[in-house]
Amino acid sequence: MEHRDDIGAKLGMWLFIFTEILLFGGLFLVYAIMRSSYPDEFHQAAHHLNAFIGTINTVVLLLSSATVAMSITAIQKGNKKLAVILLFITLLCAAAFMVNKYFEWGHKIHIGLYPGSDLMVTLSHGQVMFFSLYYFMTGLHMFHLVVGGIILTIVMIKVKKGTINADRYVLLENGGLYWHLVDLIWIFLFPLLYLIT
Amino acid sequence: MTEEKTHHPEPSYLVDTGKYKGLMAWLTSTDHKRIGLMYMYAIMVFFSVGVILGVLMRMELYWPGQQIYGPQAYNGIFTIHGIIMIFTVVIPGLAAVFGNFSLPLMIGAKDVAFPRLNLFSFYLYVLGAAIALASQFMGNGPPDTGWTFYAPYSIQTQTNVVAAVFGAFVLGFSSILTGLNFIVTMHRMRAPGMTFFKMPLFPWSLYATAWIQVLATPIVGITLLMIIAERWLRIGFFDPSLGGDPILYQHLFWIYSHPAVYIMILPAMGVITEIIPTFALRRIFGYKAIAISSLAIASVGYFVWAHHMYTSGMSTTARWVFSLLTFLVAVPSAIKVFNWVTTMYKGSISVKPPFLFALGFIFLFMIGGMTGLSLGALATNIHVHDTAYVVAHFHYIVFGGVGFAFFAAIYYWYPKMYGRMYNIKMANWSFVFLFTGFNLLYFPQFIIGMMGMPRRYFDYLPQFTFGHQLSFWGGILLVIGFVIMLITLFSKKGAKAPDNPWGGRTFEWNIPSPPPVENFDIMPELGVNEGPYDYK
Amino acid sequence: MHPETVHITPYRSHAWVLITLLTFTVITVTVTWIDLSALTVFIALLIASVKSFIVLTYFMHLKYESTLFRVFVFIVLFIYVLVILFTLADYAYR
Repeated sequence: MEHRDDIGAKLGMWLFIFTEILLFGGLFLVYAIMRSSYPDEFHQAAHHLNAFIGTINTVVLLLSSATVAMSITAIQKGNKKLAVILLFITLLCAAAFMVNKYFEWGHKIHIGLYPGSDLMVTLSHGQVMFFSLYYFMTGLHMFHLVVGGIILTIVMIKVKKGTINADRYVLLENGGLYWHLVDLIWIFLFPLLYLIT
Repeated sequence: MTEEKTHHPEPSYLVDTGKYKGLMAWLTSTDHKRIGLMYMYAIMVFFSVGVILGVLMRMELYWPGQQIYGPQAYNGIFTIHGIIMIFTVVIPGLAAVFGNFSLPLMIGAKDVAFPRLNLFSFYLYVLGAAIALASQFMGNGPPDTGWTFYAPYSIQTQTNVVAAVFGAFVLGFSSILTGLNFIVTMHRMRAPGMTFFKMPLFPWSLYATAWIQVLATPIVGITLLMIIAERWLRIGFFDPSLGGDPILYQHLFWIYSHPAVYIMILPAMGVITEIIPTFALRRIFGYKAIAISSLAIASVGYFVWAHHMYTSGMSTTARWVFSLLTFLVAVPSAIKVFNWVTTMYKGSISVKPPFLFALGFIFLFMIGGMTGLSLGALATNIHVHDTAYVVAHFHYIVFGGVGFAFFAAIYYWYPKMYGRMYNIKMANWSFVFLFTGFNLLYFPQFIIGMMGMPRRYFDYLPQFTFGHQLSFWGGILLVIGFVIMLITLFSKKGAKAPDNPWGGRTFEWNIPSPPPVENFDIMPELGVNEGPYDYK
Repeated sequence: MHPETVHITPYRSHAWVLITLLTFTVITVTVTWIDLSALTVFIALLIASVKSFIVLTYFMHLKYESTLFRVFVFIVLFIYVLVILFTLADYAYR
């Protein structure tokens, strides 16, 4: 393609990010309504969440966001090797997040706390709503994390091959934007789910 | 179309120049003009399916009691009629067809900003539509929830809701990507000298539309995902037996689905704004007012959703707030109508088919809009809520408005699309049948609705029989008009079209019909003193 | 795009942004040990908003993009807040 418009590409990415913000926005709206309907049950239910794992995951995601941002600096300075390393660290962070989530969800499912379970039926309405929201929101967030991971893997390969370089790196920037979005959503999910005890 | 090569050195976009020939050349093309036409064919196919379902409903309602099929089949038919007509016909509608075909031409661009993404959203559209159609034939029978998928029934019914909901989700994604593409196109690819306020008004309406597509569709996306999760995982957000709130579903659904009405109608208004000055031989009256009113409709229209829910049990405060906002959105709509009428005043009007359909649009849109106000008012709404009056109202807007604007747009840009003229007399006859049939079909619904005929009912009391029968015959006239239109457009090749058959004043009329692949041999520019409609 | 006009953020500033974000994370976690009852949600959301503002401005480079991008972000967030408020017009007065 002879025509190239990096600002246009970034504008497109931002518009896509807006749609993602509103996608989660719908969920946060449900959260707000449900929480105002069942404030006490939400507090009780949140005790079942492991704030420690949540905090670890927050730190992991923030770190991965920083490394993506730094990889852009690296590519701008022409330091291809460093850019690849930083992207690789980001992917490691994503993997660490997933492993944490696996144990977190695994534990809850093990003790029978999941939507539609027998234990769930015995809980109060507010607690059911909390766990439903918990699974739906973190699940959808995790889906976005996986997608972001795939995008960044492709980006990393392209950096390695040199198709993303100091002159044209808008794909890296857009991949980074998407990754920061995953981080942004977690910034709100974390206190709203884990820190309301 | 090789004979055009003698006249224009560049081959037209209808000639295959790439790797593939024939159908494959179309299916792999990222040319915005070809994608626009592919949308048009697809939409016409789905529209025909929707029309057939509509006729089936009218046949069943010809007499009270059961005629040709049972109540469950009726529920399935009105549901899928709604899903097809809303999600696969009118929401992509004008934006996908004429936005794709004309927008880059009108702003002097070679293509949209992301041509491959454009083709991708077409395939998403086809996929979503296929899933929605397949929901009819798979699983435990067609969904019977109505196109609104209201919870908690949509969670409880045993019919195939998930497939239909997922189809709507995919279609929404396609719509988002089209909107995103158009916004970037308009920001980055306008011709040199064409500032935003020198952009023609159809692109302006598409700009407002695209923002609603980007900002409202995700909300219904997540809502539909929640419905699927409710059915599969019992998360219960909308299920009162688990502590959920069904009214919350209605909020979330209408936060998108009311703005969706503006996704449909704004491009329609844009088309009318192009057609009327062209055929009245006058400059559009109040250019800026029309441009800004598009944005005003889009932004106020985002906040009127709960006027669908007056009888749902929401708070009294919310009811008057949303009623007030609903009345506000009528103001920019009326501004447009006044400007169209003023444009025609003292104009030298040539009554060609596109203009006839534009007039039809104004007439039907006025009726639809005015009855919308009586529905937006709290007290009258309670009386006619969920009656045939509502059915008549939204058909006047969605079919009388969007549909007629769609027909007007086809007749307007057809010479540019194919480089051929059509039979004007036949086109006029199609208007007569469509317009008469339309009013005969839907106007009686206003009356029996006020008398108390509920919507979505399989059976009815004998006093509504005459109204339903009038509607049936109106439907038949409408189908005849539609068939005449298809024959006019696609039966045989007409005479060769000149570059500018109507005397249009925007960029696209200054290039060959049909346009070359790259649109412009010399990229157009607007001079400092030239306005959006000075290009001729 | 001309490479010479591009703003290159130094590694050091990214590191500082990260440290700031981590500090806010520590604050938001420790604040929950104090019982502030009704204020808890407010503070949690406030800190989250500050954090996302930092992410948007520095990591997502909004500071160095054209004004258009910032205006768009503002409009989107504004619309979302209005949607919440109008929905609450129902729930708060039921």
